[in-house]
Amino acid sequence: MRPSDLLRPAVFIAALLPLARLVWLGWHDDLTANPFEFVTRSTGTWALVFLCLSLSMTPAKRLTGLTQWIKYRRMLGLYSFFYAVLHFTLWFWVDHTLDVQAMWLDVLERPFIAAGFTAFVLLIPLAATSTKGMMRRLGHNWVRLHRLVYVIAIAAILHYWWHKAGKNDFGTVGIYAGVVTWLLGIRLWWAWRDAWRRRAGRPG
Amino acid sequence: MRRQDELGRVIPASEITPREVFEQRRSLIRAAAAGAFGAALSPFFARQAFAKSAESAGPTPSPNANSEKLAATVNAQYSTKEKLTRYKDVTSYNNFYEFGTDKGDPVEYAHTLITRPWTVAVEGHVRNPKVYDIDELLKLAPLEERIYRLRCVEGWSMVIPWIGVSLSELIRKVEPTGNAKYIEFVTLADRKQMPGLSSPVLEWPYVEGLRLDEAMHPLTLLTFGLYGEVLPKQNGAPVRLVVPWKYGFKSAKSIVRIRFTETEPKNSWQVAAPHEYGFYSNVNPGVPHPRWSQATEQRIGEGGGSVLFPPKRKTLLFNGYAEQVASLYTGMDLKKHF
Repeated sequence: MRPSDLLRPAVFIAALLPLARLVWLGWHDDLTANPFEFVTRSTGTWALVFLCLSLSMTPAKRLTGLTQWIKYRRMLGLYSFFYAVLHFTLWFWVDHTLDVQAMWLDVLERPFIAAGFTAFVLLIPLAATSTKGMMRRLGHNWVRLHRLVYVIAIAAILHYWWHKAGKNDFGTVGIYAGVVTWLLGIRLWWAWRDAWRRRAGRPG
Repeated sequence: MRRQDELGRVIPASEITPREVFEQRRSLIRAAAAGAFGAALSPFFARQAFAKSAESAGPTPSPNANSEKLAATVNAQYSTKEKLTRYKDVTSYNNFYEFGTDKGDPVEYAHTLITRPWTVAVEGHVRNPKVYDIDELLKLAPLEERIYRLRCVEGWSMVIPWIGVSLSELIRKVEPTGNAKYIEFVTLADRKQMPGLSSPVLEWPYVEGLRLDEAMHPLTLLTFGLYGEVLPKQNGAPVRLVVPWKYGFKSAKSIVRIRFTETEPKNSWQVAAPHEYGFYSNVNPGVPHPRWSQATEQRIGEGGGSVLFPPKRKTLLFNGYAEQVASLYTGMDLKKHF
């Protein structure tokens, strides 16, 4: 068994630690005075963290020249979806008592909710088409479809940013916005440079 | 003449209150109750008082053995009978941005706050401006314990046994002039004591304001303690405001200046986000915050144990104090004056 074979399960288990922490804290009645708010915010933050990690794999590959990074992209993306499902479910369940109409009103009334909702809904087709079989079947369309992840990242940042806007409290969300800007910016930069090189007829 | 009571026992003449004196006392009580707002309050409070008198006990004891105790008599008339929020939650889940924006920050960092000596300058349009020492304020009137609901604009609520006196006691002493229409409350802003001031979240010092009639309302409490003890630092020691029918941020903490003004003061949250926070900020389920509904609230500590996420409660107009305070806003469009 090679070390890299162990790394995958290790990452898989590590990605469950944020959930394990919440369960542990809940068990010890230590989820702050407002458990609902704490758990909702925690799962939302972790959904964004895993989204950023998933988006980091391609730049990591390009910058280090190691292809192994790509093996973790899907798992990290699915964990982002996993925490997003928890985040969404809590909101739908506790805030709206599973009332679909009340949920829609909230989505339509508040841009901050609309942004988060958009990010979550767009994650669904990506998670659903994350298997190897779907990749094969969709061919180049798979690549196109999965470019939605950039829209999702921007929507997630907007959701978080607007949530903090009323309190002018941009410390933490500013860091995430910087990370996402860099992750998307470096792709744009590479795409632009590659296109320019192709036009110039030089090898990339 | 000898009189007998219902059980036929003889009542000595010395124990019978002369009719004139009795009437006089009655009228005194009536006069007190009919003070500017008393008339509207008495029916409501009489009912509550009746409900509570049967089990009337001393003020809520502090579960914190190390705290400095503060004696007070229970004001059952002005107290709700709802279940108290746990002391631990009341003192560890706080919005006090001078010590950080996280609700866990105040309990962690507020120990640097120096609460003695402490003075409060009362100034502006008053006949008797004065710098009050905290000890003088504590002697304004007998301290009362009042159990109020507290509704935060963020959508959570608590039930807290506060200790204080009606702010009106202080207002009467300083005698506002005819020009005094509003009161501005300025709170401490000292970088040495308050690490949160380095953050540009709000303009410092934190400022709040009330209309004079709101400030005179008997429910408006100049507060020095909670749960039978001196205010913990993270709760706004040594003196704060509690205005139970408004969102929590209206209840300024660690007050150093009370200024009577002719024009409406600009409160800090209104300055920071004028489309989200107004001057009045009355609790109102019908007026949503631009980013969330105010129709429901999470009662802190409710459920717990097996029920991790209890269903939310319906938020009440004026936080359930409509009967007492609604008349202050007669004819006002509460959607416009949010």
